[in-house]
Amino acid sequence: MTTNVVISGFKRTAFQPAKKGAFAKMRSDDLAAAVLKDLVKSSGLKASDVEDVMLGCAFPEAEQGFNVARLVVNLSELPISVGGVTVNRFCGSSMSTIHFAAGQIMAGAGDVYIAGGLESMTRVPMTGFNPMPNPKLAADYPQAYIGMGETAENLANKYKIDRKSQDEFAVKSHEKAAAAAKAGKFKDEITPVETADGVVDSDGTIRPDTTMEGLAGLKPAFDEKGSVTAGTSSPLTDGAAACIVCSEDYAKKNNLEILARIRGMAVSGCEAEIMGIGPVQASKKALERAGLKLSDMDVIELNEAFAAQSLAVIEEMGIDQSKLNLDGGAIALGHPLGVSGVRITCKAASIMKREGKKYALATMCIGGGQGIATVLEAV
Amino acid sequence: MGSGIAAQVANAGHDVLLLDIVPKDAENRNMLAEGAIAKMLKTDPAPLMHKRNAKRITPGNVEDDLEKIKDCDWIIEVVLENLDIKKSLYEKLEKHRTDGTYVSSNTSSIPLEQLVEGRSADFTKNFMITHFFNPPRYLRLLELVTGDKTDPKAVSVVRDFCDRKLGKGVVVCHDTPGFIANRIGAFWLQAGVNEAFDLGLSVEEADAVMSRPVGIPKTGVFGLIDLVGLDLMPHLSKSLLSNLPKSDAYHAIYKEYDLINKLIETGYTGRKGKGGFYRLNTEGGQRVKESIGLVTGEYEESKKAKPAAVDAAKDGGIRALVTHDDKTGQYAWNVLSQMLSYAASLVGEIADNVYDIDRAMKLGYNFKKGPFELIDEMGAGWFAEQLKSHNMDVPEIVTKAGAADGFYKVEDGQKKYFGRDGKYHDIPRDDGVILLEDIKLTTKPVKKNSSAALWDIGDGVLCLEFCGKMNALDDKVMFMIYEAIGQIGDGSGDYKALVVYNEGSNFSVGANLGLALFALNVGMYEAVDGLVQLGQDAYKTLKYAPFPVVSAPSGMALGGGCEILLHSDAVQAHAETYTGLVEVGVGLIPGWGGCKEMLKRHHKFGKFKGPMAHVSAAFEQIGLAKVAKSADEARDMMILLKDDEITMNRDRLLADAKAKALELAKDYGAPEPAEIPLPGPTAQVALNMAVADLNKSGKATDYDVVVSKALANVLSGGDKADMTEPLTEDRILELEAEEFKGLIRNKGTVKRIEHMMETGKPLRN
Repeated sequence: MTTNVVISGFKRTAFQPAKKGAFAKMRSDDLAAAVLKDLVKSSGLKASDVEDVMLGCAFPEAEQGFNVARLVVNLSELPISVGGVTVNRFCGSSMSTIHFAAGQIMAGAGDVYIAGGLESMTRVPMTGFNPMPNPKLAADYPQAYIGMGETAENLANKYKIDRKSQDEFAVKSHEKAAAAAKAGKFKDEITPVETADGVVDSDGTIRPDTTMEGLAGLKPAFDEKGSVTAGTSSPLTDGAAACIVCSEDYAKKNNLEILARIRGMAVSGCEAEIMGIGPVQASKKALERAGLKLSDMDVIELNEAFAAQSLAVIEEMGIDQSKLNLDGGAIALGHPLGVSGVRITCKAASIMKREGKKYALATMCIGGGQGIATVLEAV
Repeated sequence: MGSGIAAQVANAGHDVLLLDIVPKDAENRNMLAEGAIAKMLKTDPAPLMHKRNAKRITPGNVEDDLEKIKDCDWIIEVVLENLDIKKSLYEKLEKHRTDGTYVSSNTSSIPLEQLVEGRSADFTKNFMITHFFNPPRYLRLLELVTGDKTDPKAVSVVRDFCDRKLGKGVVVCHDTPGFIANRIGAFWLQAGVNEAFDLGLSVEEADAVMSRPVGIPKTGVFGLIDLVGLDLMPHLSKSLLSNLPKSDAYHAIYKEYDLINKLIETGYTGRKGKGGFYRLNTEGGQRVKESIGLVTGEYEESKKAKPAAVDAAKDGGIRALVTHDDKTGQYAWNVLSQMLSYAASLVGEIADNVYDIDRAMKLGYNFKKGPFELIDEMGAGWFAEQLKSHNMDVPEIVTKAGAADGFYKVEDGQKKYFGRDGKYHDIPRDDGVILLEDIKLTTKPVKKNSSAALWDIGDGVLCLEFCGKMNALDDKVMFMIYEAIGQIGDGSGDYKALVVYNEGSNFSVGANLGLALFALNVGMYEAVDGLVQLGQDAYKTLKYAPFPVVSAPSGMALGGGCEILLHSDAVQAHAETYTGLVEVGVGLIPGWGGCKEMLKRHHKFGKFKGPMAHVSAAFEQIGLAKVAKSADEARDMMILLKDDEITMNRDRLLADAKAKALELAKDYGAPEPAEIPLPGPTAQVALNMAVADLNKSGKATDYDVVVSKALANVLSGGDKADMTEPLTEDRILELEAEEFKGLIRNKGTVKRIEHMMETGKPLRN
């Protein structure tokens, strides 16, 4: 890579369960604006240097419609000169914003970008308000529109992942997240948000009391004969997140705190009916491009869309679980679709920094059949 | 019960303060009132007609919030039945209430004079007893008792509010223990229990006799005690026993039973407890209905009773029932003769006249006929003879009525009741009440067949009444719609508007399925196709006719009964209207324009916009067979629209509907047909995918998928639709008819209809 690109500064709102959570009455553009303001202020970034704000969103309509990224620029009172672009790659949306920003910087099109995402799964339903699939595609390749739960069931069947292993994985995710929350490990990254009912500054999704017995009592959510339950799926979530992506030179010159250097990036398509396996090929490509092996990775963030899906990826790649999702994953923390990419990439970077490690991998699956991955290196 | 009364006031659209006591050491001093509101939001059947009505109720407590009553217009006291407690509360109320504020007690046993003892003149003059029945939303009776010093103006304001706003049937009672309904009701229940024990009947046999055959709800005696609560009965009897003179017949028949006491002690307090005379045994994962043996005292599997007397009553009526020569016939006679004689002996003591007593029993205990109507059905003279031959006393008024024309008669088109003075008096109707029942006494129908009739309800308004079995809709109803259209014409002749209304317990439960099933079973598919076409055409013609149509539903308005509301210019609904398009339950889709109307309404008024939004909303509503549980909820489903109105009092429904029709007739122009943009195949794909997911997760059955597919085809606008070319209403009607025809030819649908006819429940095939 000609120009070194780094991630510097990361903020997110607390993650709140959709509909019953503290952000049910909050627009996601307002959540994103709160994050951007906090990010600029806390990092010391000179806002007028920012070339563009790139925000991921999986259902960019209604309150998340128009070109919401540009509107968030206005809402967060960034200079008028700053651009805004909304990016949609479903769950991979905001990891793509990091990639696109890095690519632009490497191409010489600017030094500083804000990459992030926003999603209110309360206020804009998954599938949107007007789902209108292409009838021809639906006839020829119906899995293009397959429901996510069904893809998790497909992986559970393919990799023979039983109910108990899935439940164990979910319990562990909650345990790790609860421990991290208790130890104050989310404190620095969360932007407190003012709502009508007070300030929200901690995640509302984590259930520290999750037990095997409790999960065993749940009925399958997507296939009555299947094994995937609401408890082993990431919950519908409201939230926003953003980070600074800039050239290493710029960060150093301007005394920005560097979280990590980007070493490799990749996307890869896969069969839609097992979309959850997407991280395998994407990670392979990103690692190859970084000239590294999976065994070199000290920290791994794999987005937990479903326990079954995560376990399939873990098995296929041979991931060492002691390096995985140390502060808990999406099953516990939640998965606001267009936001999770920035969260896991920056989480990987900050854990690496916190633990004094060298390399990290962040990867996630994407509905419709894709994977996306980022390899990071400590600076 | 206080919270239930508060709920009904909120249902009427008024703000209400709900004050309860502060439990000892309570941290949250409003916890009881707040808890009651929270509980009401979860109770089924719901005390609230719409969840949002809970916001009209402000919780508080009687220690900190009494000063807030200064802004209230009416204070209803619903505290413990204890004179000292009530009096001490009134003393506090006096300090805070504004002069002129009405105060009433919900007491069921304490005389008014004792309640107002020591109160100020203003308090006394504005004080009365308003005795509600539980649950206040569903039981219409309100017993009103006033004292010598009560200001007639206060009575008239409170009475009018209870009538028009709370929807109550107000019956003025004398200030005697138990007033009317509970005085007679408690006696009847005691007699019902005594005779079942004495004659050795099973509870099923007793309840089978003392229910439908005599126009009493199917719970009968034991089922009703289970519903009310076995433990509550002793409170009622104790209060009556201590307040009634020893000479009252209730003392003579009152008896306690070890078995019942044991049930109460062991937690078998009725439906709210572990069970009562009946229980559902869920041991071993099975749900077995059991009943207690009155002799054995043990629960046994419940056996459906088929008393011979009930069979006899099918042809011979109530006389055959009470004279049937076996123990079930004896039971009927023993219970009814005691109850009816008792009621007759109380005329004048508990109420002015027999009409008030009948009305109270009908509104408070859901009897189809009051005691004196029952006597009339047997014949008052005949009944008197029977009493004599059984060596029972014949109350004077029965003798007199027997010698005259019975307790009720119609004279010169006016229904009259037999007074204590031996003369007949007009049945009073409240101002502004119009009942078809009364109109039928004075006029002949303009037209009538076995399923529907047209009545002239005055001022140029015609009323279409459904009158077939269960008010089911069939070809004859459709013919009558055309007849109405012909009669009214362009509105310049004798009639200018139509009201669709009837006085059945349900407006209409939809198309006549029995008839349809018969046709399908013999392969007469075309006959059913023809009915679909006839119904579509009739409803459409009605909608675009040059005169206003106002539908006035009460009770269930389902399927085709809902579709006629959708094709009316306006709906004047009774608050207790339960409506929805439930066709998928029998494997069908709405075929008389219901799909078209729901699409149109969601397109025009829906919360969400976009090419799919109205399609998805209509699909969800029809595909899940959603039913509104009140007229207010029907607004959320767009079955009622902005200008449609709700009547709280059932008796005022026709008058309100007629007024609305006349208002619309002033400057009427028929509506213009709409064009509706529909997305076509893309919508079908989206909807079918959603249903496939539901099927996979076990929430939709295999045949649900078939029916949903037909529905999706209609609501999407069919294969050729595109959102750039809006569809006409006629095209959507064509699609409805096509898909309907396909479904009736499918065995899955026939099975669903059969199952519904046999069990009354939808088949999940």
